[in-house]
Amino acid sequence: MPTRKIYERPVIKKLEGNMPNKFGMRSAHEPTQSIEGHAVKDLINEFGSPLFVISEKKLRKNYRNARQAFQTRYPKVQFAWSYKTNYLDAVCNIYHQEGSWAEVVSGFEYDKAIRNGVPGSKIIFNGPDKTDSDLRKAITNNSLIHIDHLDELYMLQDIARESKMRPRVAIRVNMDTGVYPMWDRFGFNYENGQAWDALNKIMFSGLMDLVGLHTHIGTFMLSPNAYAVAASKLAHLAQSLLNKYNHEIKYIDIGGGFASKNTLKGSYLPGSDVSPSIHDFAEAIASALMNSDYRPKTPPVLVIESGRALIDDAAWLLGTVLANKRLSDGRRATILDIGVNTLFTAFWYDHLITPAQPITSYTEDTALYGPLCMNIDVVRENVNLPLLNRGDHVVVHHVGAYNMTQWLQFITLRPNVLLIDEEGGKHLIRRAESLDTITSQEIMPAHLAHFDL
Amino acid sequence: MKIKSNIAISDNGFVFNPVTGESFTANPTGLEIMNQMRRGASAPQIVETLCNMFQVEPTQAERDLQDFIEMMRQYHLLTYDEE
Ligand SMILES: Cc1ncc(COP(=O)(O)O)c(C=O)c1O
Repeated sequence: MPTRKIYERPVIKKLEGNMPNKFGMRSAHEPTQSIEGHAVKDLINEFGSPLFVISEKKLRKNYRNARQAFQTRYPKVQFAWSYKTNYLDAVCNIYHQEGSWAEVVSGFEYDKAIRNGVPGSKIIFNGPDKTDSDLRKAITNNSLIHIDHLDELYMLQDIARESKMRPRVAIRVNMDTGVYPMWDRFGFNYENGQAWDALNKIMFSGLMDLVGLHTHIGTFMLSPNAYAVAASKLAHLAQSLLNKYNHEIKYIDIGGGFASKNTLKGSYLPGSDVSPSIHDFAEAIASALMNSDYRPKTPPVLVIESGRALIDDAAWLLGTVLANKRLSDGRRATILDIGVNTLFTAFWYDHLITPAQPITSYTEDTALYGPLCMNIDVVRENVNLPLLNRGDHVVVHHVGAYNMTQWLQFITLRPNVLLIDEEGGKHLIRRAESLDTITSQEIMPAHLAHFDL
Repeated sequence: MKIKSNIAISDNGFVFNPVTGESFTANPTGLEIMNQMRRGASAPQIVETLCNMFQVEPTQAERDLQDFIEMMRQYHLLTYDEE
């Protein structure tokens, strides 16, 4: 008997006249069979599916590239790692080894940074939710407290007065940078004078050291020019302080929000084509500061809290096809073991997803769904992919930011997270959760401990 | 289960419906199924042929055949005399 040919599912696809596809180009379907020298199949065999894989080499490369982009344009630059973007200890420590401070937005993140060994004076404490005890701890540790609202400012004054300690503070400023929606929920507004008001209150109180000015104008920003506007507005406030109080601030913190190379949902073009490079952002910010009317004796340090742009493309999520289905309207649907529980950013992005095994040239349009028993569990509404069979593996790209902090413990448990070091060595940096992980937090009242069925 | 008689199927999997002006492409497995159907083969016979030609188990082939027929139905390439 002649040897049988390799099987491929039968497909028939309608040809859409002579319309090119959405992007006027053929979608690339190169399979991703290995990551950092390790076969996807082997990684899944060893560590299970789904599995997050992070590249230490890529993390460091991204960081050094960003640092270089800023340092070649501005004399004093300091990065502060945005913990909320990914606060796995191993990831944070890579950034700390590279020289990054910590930027945290809650007591929990603050404690995590301290636990990692970050000196208190190198922790930037942002966010609207700082408790009295958080603030006392931050003051004692000499941390940089970024005041978000007037209630916090008054709370700090009270603590300072009573404890005789001088908090080191900055204010967060929100402003019109020509980008909408404007993030005016956080901090003090520039245009209506709130920010200047708050600065005057701090200076008049004499109870705090005003060391910086901070803004974070939004997230996944595609416009370098918005940062130029933000930087010059902060520089203008700094000059006003110099004029009125002869007071020089030590740093200007421009926040984060630089777009990564992901593709926003509904975006016509892929993010790899439209997202500016870190050099574009650096150029806009540095030249705005250098050309501003701020003329201090010592130029302020430029602090950068970039998160997603430094980490998104340094991590992948590996998964497995559970089933193929046909929806009632004839569309095809593929069910993966990856859902919005593990891939939270599927709510924002049309993630690039590639097969992990050799493919043929036939493709089909399919919806990608996760394993959750919910309608919202959509990984991709409609994507053109080579034919996938049950048991095949897929690779989701650019998943480093916000997934390993916003993932949901719903119905199922969170998977392993693997770090591949610069020599290719594998390190499990977060163990998959077990039933115990969840139940160890639960307490059973005695009268509910038994039942008969 | 029959393909409409006016549907043209080329040797390389190009499919044309002269009534609607729509055209389609089928991969080699799909083309094989359409050719079998044209010759009047039954579903079990098609499954058997597929298993002889390709490295595939009957259960998989049967499931995929059903799905393929469902797609052809969606594209209005079938006559409904089999019901
Ligand atoms: C104050 C602050 N800094 C930095 C970041 C990091 O943002 P991104 O990951 O978009 O760079 C955020 C995220 O929302 C933030 O709120």
